[in-house]
Amino acid sequence: MYEHDVIVVGGGGAGLRAAIGAHEAGADVAIVTKLHPVRSHTGAAEGGINAALRDGDDWELHAYDTVKGGDYLTDAPAAETLAQDAPENVVQLENWGMPFSREDDGRMSQRPFGGLSFPRTTYAGAETGHHLLHTLYEQVVKRGITVYDEWYVTRLAVTDEDDPEDRSCHGCVAWDVQTGEIAGFRGRDGVILATGGDGQVFDHTTNAVANTADGVAMAYRAGVPIEDMEFVQFHPTTLPSTGVLISEGTRGEGGILYNSEGERLMFEYGYATNDGELASRDVVSRAELTEINSGRGVDDEYVHLDMRHLGEERIMDRLENILHLAEDFEGVDGLEDPMPVKPGHHYEMGGIETNENGETCIDGLYAIGEAACVSVHGSNRLGGNALPELIVFGGRAGRHAAGADVGEPEIPVGKSGDGIEESDVQYPVDPGSADETSAVVSGDTPDDVIDAAVEAETERIDGLLEKEDGVNHAEVRSKIQKTMTDNVNVFREEDGIREALEVIREAREEYQDVYVADKSRTFNTDLQHTIETRNVIDTAEIIAMGALAREEFRGAHWRKEFQERRDDEWLKHTCVSWNDGNPELWYRPVLLDGENKTYEPKERSY
Amino acid sequence: MSTQTPNTDAESDSPQAERMERKAERDDEARAKAGTDADERQITLKVFRYDPEIPDKQEPRFDTFEVPFEPGITVLDALIYARDTYDSSLTFRHSCRQAVCGSDALFINGSQRLGCQTQVADLDDSETVRVEPLPHRDVVKDLVVDMDHFYDQMESVEPYFSPTEEPDGEQLQSRENREKIKMSTRCIWCGACMSSCNIAAGDNEYLGPAAINKAYRFYFDDREDEQRQQERLEIIEQEHGVWRCQTQFSCTTVCPKDIPLTEHIQELKREAVKQNLKFW
Ligand SMILES: Cc1cc2nc3c(=O)[nH]c(=O)nc-3n(C[C@H](O)[C@H](O)[C@H](O)COP(=O)(O)OP(=O)(O)OC[C@H]3O[C@@H](n4cnc5c(N)ncnc54)[C@H](O)[C@@H]3O)c2cc1C
Ligand code: SF4
Ligand code: FES
Repeated sequence: MYEHDVIVVGGGGAGLRAAIGAHEAGADVAIVTKLHPVRSHTGAAEGGINAALRDGDDWELHAYDTVKGGDYLTDAPAAETLAQDAPENVVQLENWGMPFSREDDGRMSQRPFGGLSFPRTTYAGAETGHHLLHTLYEQVVKRGITVYDEWYVTRLAVTDEDDPEDRSCHGCVAWDVQTGEIAGFRGRDGVILATGGDGQVFDHTTNAVANTADGVAMAYRAGVPIEDMEFVQFHPTTLPSTGVLISEGTRGEGGILYNSEGERLMFEYGYATNDGELASRDVVSRAELTEINSGRGVDDEYVHLDMRHLGEERIMDRLENILHLAEDFEGVDGLEDPMPVKPGHHYEMGGIETNENGETCIDGLYAIGEAACVSVHGSNRLGGNALPELIVFGGRAGRHAAGADVGEPEIPVGKSGDGIEESDVQYPVDPGSADETSAVVSGDTPDDVIDAAVEAETERIDGLLEKEDGVNHAEVRSKIQKTMTDNVNVFREEDGIREALEVIREAREEYQDVYVADKSRTFNTDLQHTIETRNVIDTAEIIAMGALAREEFRGAHWRKEFQERRDDEWLKHTCVSWNDGNPELWYRPVLLDGENKTYEPKERSY
Repeated sequence: MSTQTPNTDAESDSPQAERMERKAERDDEARAKAGTDADERQITLKVFRYDPEIPDKQEPRFDTFEVPFEPGITVLDALIYARDTYDSSLTFRHSCRQAVCGSDALFINGSQRLGCQTQVADLDDSETVRVEPLPHRDVVKDLVVDMDHFYDQMESVEPYFSPTEEPDGEQLQSRENREKIKMSTRCIWCGACMSSCNIAAGDNEYLGPAAINKAYRFYFDDREDEQRQQERLEIIEQEHGVWRCQTQFSCTTVCPKDIPLTEHIQELKREAVKQNLKFW
């Protein structure tokens, strides 16, 4: 067993920042990550990181834009914490050497981004995430923080009380990808999940292959509610063949969207006459698909994003990376031709329910970054707001786990509390029921709990390896990806979502029969993908359950039958609890009271 | 206008389905036009295999997989196809598919490249694609190599910003200075350069192009002070540092991020000479 004060699962931006925070607060902290930290998907972020740094801007404006952009499903304390802490954190990154783009006077550059009332997106070329990830990793190296890289965490070690709020997390179980060794990791003061997004639930995504929502699924099975997962962000400008992202910075700098008739669609078809191309991502994604579905798409598949008029100098200065991406992955020279783009899965607004300090309802278990839902993005994330989330909430969770005082949280977690409401939605199938595995184990001491979890995991993994034939994970996974893309995409309708739930149920049943063909303990990616696929199934199901239940149109969640945001009934967060294979959906009210004001829901108009 | 009511598919039942149909028709037409040749074109993928644990695979060998050619297909796509279609034990690292994570540097038709960034059609020989693990590294399994030595070298140059005094608030940096270090900050730690370097192959202690480039990134960053600069120079000037480089340019040729590595190494050599002259 490996022992540390704090165990951080995941070495992306959120995990690295948490580890630094915990270390600074005096903890012995270790990062356990399935990819070497510099391989994490944070490195792919392009556009920038929001922070109110300049005169004329302030945190209150940033918080307001965030709540409004989230279509009022954002919890005010989360948005305000983000906006208040971001400036200091971004300056901190600068102090750690992050090579931000610069103005003539030597200050960090900022650019306009969709849905922002001030150009507060601080950036480093069109490769902000790469620089952020490497800068943070450098600081981890500087501090000598232990990193177990290429260790795959498969399960949490959580005590077996009936009520999740009485449970404690003592550590996790991981296996060394290079050698196959299975081991327990004890986090004396806490375990922080920072496992990133869920792109692999869909088949056209900007996300990495490693983004399989492992943390969400592990926390779910340990009893933590998973919040607002139906809010999946589809980014309007991804390359059609691969899903590679063309940064919103391209539109921020003045890039224009055209349909096949050469019309500037955002204006000419009235999707967002005030903000045009810079309307929020959900708005632009729907506009593009509506054009394409109405026969005004290029090759019936995509629209054009044109940046030629910006001129070579400006493009090279601010968007050079975009030229490389368009060239390498689509064979298009962005200086000579418009780039083909279409909407693709990009970001999960929902995730593991947490408060502002990253705490979940299970004692000792934290979650941060894209895996978490502190409810800062509501139903639609503004571009440039995920990176500050990583560093703000990552840092807070790290410090809190290490015992530092980071203030009392205002956001409640767990199922007890005021205003909890049960859902009476009828599903076409019993979600979860084909699989009643529980992720909790009994034991008297923390070590016993971890040993029991290691034993259970060893049994599961041995079972997968011993089985001689059955279903291959790739079949199951592609089934999920297909049904989610067909039915729970940008446009959603009831029948489709019902169908998706049925297909997910079938996939869950098939998965009971899954086996691993590769029998080697050495670097067994077949085994890894098989375990990931289970997580993809759970996550897809939570998304579809929430999408069926939410009978309104809010942010990224569009429903054919419900073309209105319905604040009277739906100003509430969707939560799904696993309950040992009997998933249950319930609601918690949105918190709109901020420090100095209440955020009154207004219509989002552009 | 309000965004709550986009003029979407209210009338027609499923424009999405219609569109998919139109697209399928067009694809058929394109295929018909291109003739059957294009339809049947295959890539012969020859992949290095080795697993220390499985008796059948302890002896390194090449396996051949036939993969259908499609416009735009990358070497990584071909590997994934082979793995998911024929042999799920085929092992390689990959994640981002967009040349930022640095995990799929491979030896493809005789040179170091990222699988995801390499279109099969762009290879000199696009019919037979030979994929091997990065040379001069220990092979863990199939195409996966041990990267520890690479990471150790990277970490030995103190690859982190560390001014002597903590700055107070935002530091200024000129555009020129950022421009100066820009290329050096693009490294994704893929290890292609190190694997292509003859000197590194013969001298295990040589820092290698990536680590020296990392040192360059900090040495020329004006936000660190002169004292740190001197300390950094001492690291790169050591016995197995910059002076080992024989300007063969192989690192520069293979770097998927177009970092002018050899030039950076040369520049640091000049700095070392200049600084030393000062002391004499
Ligand atoms: C293409 C792209 C562009 C983007 N651009 C922007 C932008 O400009 N601005 C912005 O604000 N946001 C942007 N985003 C969003 C933002 O980058 C992500 O939300 C954020 O980087 C996620 O960081 P993370 O640390 O939560 O996860 P990741 O960086 O994905 O890290 C997850 C980590 O968890 C580890 N892990 C996962 N599962 C396990 C497991 N089972 N065991 C052990 N380790 C595990 C992985 O190895 C990895 O280290 C972008 C996203 C994408 C995809
Ligand atoms: S310098 Fe270039 S080739 Fe070398 S590790 Fe970095 S990105 Fe790869
Ligand atoms: S898969 Fe990330 S660099 Fe190729």
